[in-house]
Amino acid sequence: MPHRIAYTALAPRLLPVALGEEYPLPENILEMRRITKRYPGVTALDEVDFYLRSGEIHALVGENGAGKSTLIKILAGAESKDAGEVKLDGRVVEIMQPRQAKDLGISVIYQDFGLVPHLSISENIMLGREPIRPGPGGFIDWPALHGVAAQVMTELGLNLSPRTPVSRLSVAQKQMVEIAKAVSTRARIIVMDEPSATLTLHELDRLFDLIRALVRQGVSVVYISHRLEEVFTIADRVTVLRDGKVAAVKPICQTSREDLIRSMVGREMAGDYPKRVDSLGETILAVENISRAGVLHGISFTLRKGEILGITGLVGAGRTELARAIFGADRVDSGWVMLEGRKLSLSSPKNAIAQGISLATEDRKEQGLVLGMTVRENTTLANLQAVSRGAFVDRARESGAALDFVRKLAIKTPGIEQKVRNLSGGNQQKVVLAKWLFANSKVVIFDEPTRGIDVGAKQEIYQLMRRLASDGIGIIMISSELPEVMGMSDRILVLHEGRIAAEIPAGQVDGETIMRYATGGGQAS
Amino acid sequence: MNTDTKTIGPTQARETTQAAQAAQIPSMPGASRALLQEYSIVLIFLGVCVLFAVWTGGLFLRPDNIMNVLRQISINAVIATGMTFVIITTGNIDLSVGSVVALVAVSSARILKALALHMPIWPAIAASCALALVVGGAVGAWNGFFVTRFKVPPFISTLSMWAAARGVAFILCDGRPIWNLPIQFDTIGRGYVLEGVFGPWIPIPVIIMAVFMIVAHVILTRTRTGRYAYATGGNMEAARLSGINVRKARMIAYIASGVSAALASLVLTSRLASGQPNSGEMYELYAIAACVVGGTSLSGGKGTILGTFIGALLIGTLNNGLNLAGVESYTQNVILGLVILGAVILDQFRKRD
Repeated sequence: MPHRIAYTALAPRLLPVALGEEYPLPENILEMRRITKRYPGVTALDEVDFYLRSGEIHALVGENGAGKSTLIKILAGAESKDAGEVKLDGRVVEIMQPRQAKDLGISVIYQDFGLVPHLSISENIMLGREPIRPGPGGFIDWPALHGVAAQVMTELGLNLSPRTPVSRLSVAQKQMVEIAKAVSTRARIIVMDEPSATLTLHELDRLFDLIRALVRQGVSVVYISHRLEEVFTIADRVTVLRDGKVAAVKPICQTSREDLIRSMVGREMAGDYPKRVDSLGETILAVENISRAGVLHGISFTLRKGEILGITGLVGAGRTELARAIFGADRVDSGWVMLEGRKLSLSSPKNAIAQGISLATEDRKEQGLVLGMTVRENTTLANLQAVSRGAFVDRARESGAALDFVRKLAIKTPGIEQKVRNLSGGNQQKVVLAKWLFANSKVVIFDEPTRGIDVGAKQEIYQLMRRLASDGIGIIMISSELPEVMGMSDRILVLHEGRIAAEIPAGQVDGETIMRYATGGGQAS
Repeated sequence: MNTDTKTIGPTQARETTQAAQAAQIPSMPGASRALLQEYSIVLIFLGVCVLFAVWTGGLFLRPDNIMNVLRQISINAVIATGMTFVIITTGNIDLSVGSVVALVAVSSARILKALALHMPIWPAIAASCALALVVGGAVGAWNGFFVTRFKVPPFISTLSMWAAARGVAFILCDGRPIWNLPIQFDTIGRGYVLEGVFGPWIPIPVIIMAVFMIVAHVILTRTRTGRYAYATGGNMEAARLSGINVRKARMIAYIASGVSAALASLVLTSRLASGQPNSGEMYELYAIAACVVGGTSLSGGKGTILGTFIGALLIGTLNNGLNLAGVESYTQNVILGLVILGAVILDQFRKRD
């Protein structure tokens, strides 16, 4: 297809406007139509359309949890779709397994690389496709293996010995190896999931050069990123996902940063958040100068009784790390925390819980609940001594307590002996909440309290949080969902690269401002 | 009267079904299937018993043979009890228990002979038994210490103890079994109690096994220690973030395993009337087999002492029944291997739901 290459040899981002309708646009190499994916309790993708043109760089942007990763996983065969169709070169394909995606020329480079650290660069590039020496025995043809790898690397301008073990490479170099691997499989579609997350500016330039070189060779690229500057530097078109739906598809030259942010955030700010209370109590928690090398830098703030303090920022801004530091789950290098005027020992979660601080983790299934245990057992886990007599657990009192919380929090479960594995996301979150309430918490830190929870259940969680606050509990709510942050918080802290970029009282702020602070553009504008 | 009963009957029946349905949400078929799966190993065990009863012409079911089976499984069941603790709490196995049996056999024999020279015989036996349990617990603590403090993979930590403990056992006795233990010590492994109460006599090893397993069952199901064991094995990070001392929970499991091995060793030493440095070989694998057959999950957080008991019982029954039926031991091993495989496949089916 020579004409395709001719097109892309021109500056591709000028194509749609410069050439207009006089010339036919490059055809779609990939069409994903009406893709729907449901998880228990939440719809991750709702009839999403995604078209990738031949030889273009297509950015995929959206807030955390908007559905980007799910869409890519479906393309890569790592997840199955519930509805919709995928067309490659106009033919419908069913991608059931990662292997099939590879065979079809689709290659995904994830944030955490799929490289084997102790093997050399060339072994990694050729993994699973090692050339075999002719003759019996099926021995690997090492010269050919290194030769092929070296050739690919030269094509891409990578200046490394193919025999270097991957474990000795920098993150950026590993990424290059991943790309070389993708190219060597004759991938026609390369998906990069947040490739820039850990790169320096210089490395980023190299990456962009490489991506452009790929496109010149006829490869189409899907580029997923949070960082809008990059999207404007590299992409030809952009698709914005929001809440599992397509919010916008535009050529990059017909949009602006503000426009994209609006599409990403732009939910109706319906009055569906519980009312704030006017009077807050005295200060209950004071965080002083918490630092941890490379992650948190001198963070200080206070929290009052009955207050909901929203903390937001991009992935990697240090939100979860801050929560874990206050909770004693990770060590800190300096700084301290005062609870009701007493200095806390930040040595362990056990200490934090005993002193009245609790953390409802972002990842309920991995960190918040023991999924194979029952509602009853999870409810009392953090304060089992309260229903014990000596060493023995008093089953009757324990059941009573669990039943009490099931009623109070309206947890939808067939009974307290149900394993929490079988509950929906919203009800699992309520069990987490029950656990912390049972532990008599004075301060509850919620990390992404409504992640993976459907709309109706979100409302209930919001109501519960507000009710806790009005009962005098101090609440820290970490969230990347801006409407939630704006709707729920009495005050908002925006983190950027481990520092507090802004502290904003509620009701005086719009999503765009928060996003600007979160992307590090606060002072400039 | 007649009309009364006619009207009451169906109503009652309906109420019972409704109650049953309410109690067993989500659905009856699901619940009954789960029940069947939960007890499938019991059904298999009963099936095996019937098979042997017929095959041996009733010999297998004679009360004295049943007591025999129980006595034969007692050592494995006691070790498997500790192993169940470790598997539930850590999702890993303790490979050292067989060697701990040998270490405790030799050291307790030496201690007993030394003490018997200086004090009355029964206090000497009691003291050496207590010290034996301490030795077992200490070995378990050593295993746990390196797992929890130095993050040595449990497989490696207990593998190294598997090698080292047996080495120490041989060193302690110069490679020769320790004979001539006080005759009273034989009671532990060879004595009987309650003669005539249940028909036959009850061997003391069976009593030891029963008491030990009941205590372990109560600890696992009724105490905080037990709850923390399940929570730590089910999701260590969630348990830690719930304020549970997961290091302690794992230490307790390894210590329990060491103590179990020591207790089993006392029974064995007494039965053999000697401290044998090569005793207990492969016992760790039989213990693991009992746990696995009994439904303990090797990914942790799931398992029961009752299941382990039935697992040990099934293995012991196969040994005994096949012996009575005249099947030689090589074939017995093949059958045991297939049973372990079958039990795990059964467990996989259970998990799939």
